Amino acid sequence: MWIRVYAIFIKELKQLSRDRMTFGMIIMIPLVQLMLFGYAINTDARHINVGLVDLSQTSESRAVEQALVATQSVDFIARYRSIKEAEVAITKGEIRAVLYLPADMTRRLFNHPLYDNKQADSALTLPIGQWIVDGSDTVITSTIRTLRNMPLNEVANHTVTRSSPSFEVVQYFNPEQRTVVNIVPGLVAVILTMTMILFTSSAIVRESEQGNMEFLITTPVRSIELMIGKIAPYVLVGLLQVAIILSVGQWLFSVPIKGSFLSLLGSSILFIFASLTLGLVLSTIAKTQLQSMQMTIFILLPSILLSGFMFPYDAMPVAAQWIAEALPVTHFMRMIRAIALRDASLLLLGKDALWLGLFTVGGIVIASLRFKKTLG
Amino acid sequence: MNTSPITEPTEFAIEAKGLSKHFGNKIAVNKLNLTIPKGSIYGFLGPNGCGKSTSIRLLTGLLEASEGNVSILGSPLLGHEESLKKRIGYMTQKFSLYDNLTVQENLSFVGAIYGFAGKRKKNRLEELLALYDLEKQAKQFAGSMSGGQKQRLALACATLHSPELLFLDEPTSAVDPENRREFWERLFDLCATGTTILVSTHYMDEAERCHALAILENGNKRADGSPQALMDAMPATVVEVSGNKLRQLKQTLTQHPEILSAAQIGAHLRVLVKKKVQDPLNFISQLSNGRETVLARPSLEDVFVTCTGDRYVD
Repeated sequence: MWIRVYAIFIKELKQLSRDRMTFGMIIMIPLVQLMLFGYAINTDARHINVGLVDLSQTSESRAVEQALVATQSVDFIARYRSIKEAEVAITKGEIRAVLYLPADMTRRLFNHPLYDNKQADSALTLPIGQWIVDGSDTVITSTIRTLRNMPLNEVANHTVTRSSPSFEVVQYFNPEQRTVVNIVPGLVAVILTMTMILFTSSAIVRESEQGNMEFLITTPVRSIELMIGKIAPYVLVGLLQVAIILSVGQWLFSVPIKGSFLSLLGSSILFIFASLTLGLVLSTIAKTQLQSMQMTIFILLPSILLSGFMFPYDAMPVAAQWIAEALPVTHFMRMIRAIALRDASLLLLGKDALWLGLFTVGGIVIASLRFKKTLG
Repeated sequence: MNTSPITEPTEFAIEAKGLSKHFGNKIAVNKLNLTIPKGSIYGFLGPNGCGKSTSIRLLTGLLEASEGNVSILGSPLLGHEESLKKRIGYMTQKFSLYDNLTVQENLSFVGAIYGFAGKRKKNRLEELLALYDLEKQAKQFAGSMSGGQKQRLALACATLHSPELLFLDEPTSAVDPENRREFWERLFDLCATGTTILVSTHYMDEAERCHALAILENGNKRADGSPQALMDAMPATVVEVSGNKLRQLKQTLTQHPEILSAAQIGAHLRVLVKKKVQDPLNFISQLSNGRETVLARPSLEDVFVTCTGDRYVD
């Protein structure tokens, strides 16, 4: 048995190394995506384009504007004479929000309880200005909302006695709150899902599409041997990709890898196997490489959107969480982040590891039952 | 394996009774009966889509039959597909080896699949490379080879494990006449060592080289036997008519119910007349206004024409 598995394994490796396009993609997919996502994805929005309607036209209103620019959250790119004009600009998409400073802004500022100790009655309090936001984008909205309580001490020339907060927040593992720290380990999971499922789902289909299968099934090769031999090279490919992403992530984005090498290797192998068997099951359903590609994308999209890679798992409704739980990538997303960022050991993540193991066994059983050594 | 019958020595490589295959409503193979003796070259002759490939796939166990019994090399095919795979070889219609592997690597892969290893594999590979004249191409990618070279490689792979029974599905459809001649020489070499060969073709000259053949049409076997026996038993007489305006003559002749076909070959018109016509020469002479008529020796093509098409004779 093993001589045949080995023969298929060697054949597959040779073919892979000669297919320059595929070989290039194995290296380039992780590199390019890492650069792209590492630099591009940032969940704390900065330099949002906003407009200003300043009816006050005082030194205080200009000081408020300066203070807002200093936060780097917003850039004032346009000025409007009326709210009407600004609303049109928001509709057109030129600006995401507009700050309205009323004519009596200076009076409102000095009467504000924060900056005037005599004015204790909050009933008389009026806001200093108003933000009108394009609320369709929740990230933009929440960034603007953080400006609600922005202190304007310097503008009001007043030192405030502020009350201390109810809770103190200590940020473990990612004290600088850099998005990239969370993105890089997540990217390992997403890229592995993509390449592992795609390669295996098309690997078997390719044999039948190019007519090789017709010869192979008249030989004594057993389907289980064919499957093991065909997916084994991709285990190496997967590990290579994990190594590329994590090492380049550390080098370019200083993303720490705190966990042990063994836990990292163990969890990666578990996930690679689970993804490969998923690809195998797809390959027993698909008739052409195009079909296998379509099915891969069908799996890939929920893997990116539901796995917790982009949006927090806890924020999803229960039904979506069930779907997410069924996908191997969700479990690996948790494991790789826990191991790489929080130095968790594989044993601590037993539940997720167990699911990946069960998924693999179930997948192999389904694939071998479905894969028949006959044509048509 | 107690229930399996003891394999008795048999003279037949293939025995099929009532072998049928349906794809939905379409009948691809209809109640095919075959007895192919060991050590012979047996041909399936028929037009494209007549069920040649499907029959071969049924006999190799690649497809499951809808009905019928098949015995291969003395064992029933059903239930012995896997063990029989070591004893049969199959060369597919389309080149089914790996274009981006070299000749050596392709052979080595197939060798390993059949359980060859180490020195035994090395020796067998060298033997095959020499036998099939592929030594110079050993390091060449299979995809960059000519049709004839690819075909030799495919045959080398199909015979690597020295099968007792070899299936060839239209093996010469992609090669020139020179290579076809050479290829058939190799088949006779294999046959001489005791290999039974089942080959499908749509070339008459190839069919004529077989020890015996079956003519297939629309999934039915129309005739079988040795080429000579088929020609002798042909239910028609061949008459050659010469003269001018043969195209018009052909039109008039083919409309006659006693005439199976008329085909122009050079300056002659080759007419197939049903056997029941007593004096075919005179009969044609009258129909063609007294043109010169000669009796001709039947060819396999004539056999093929008489037993296929709308006017085939039962």
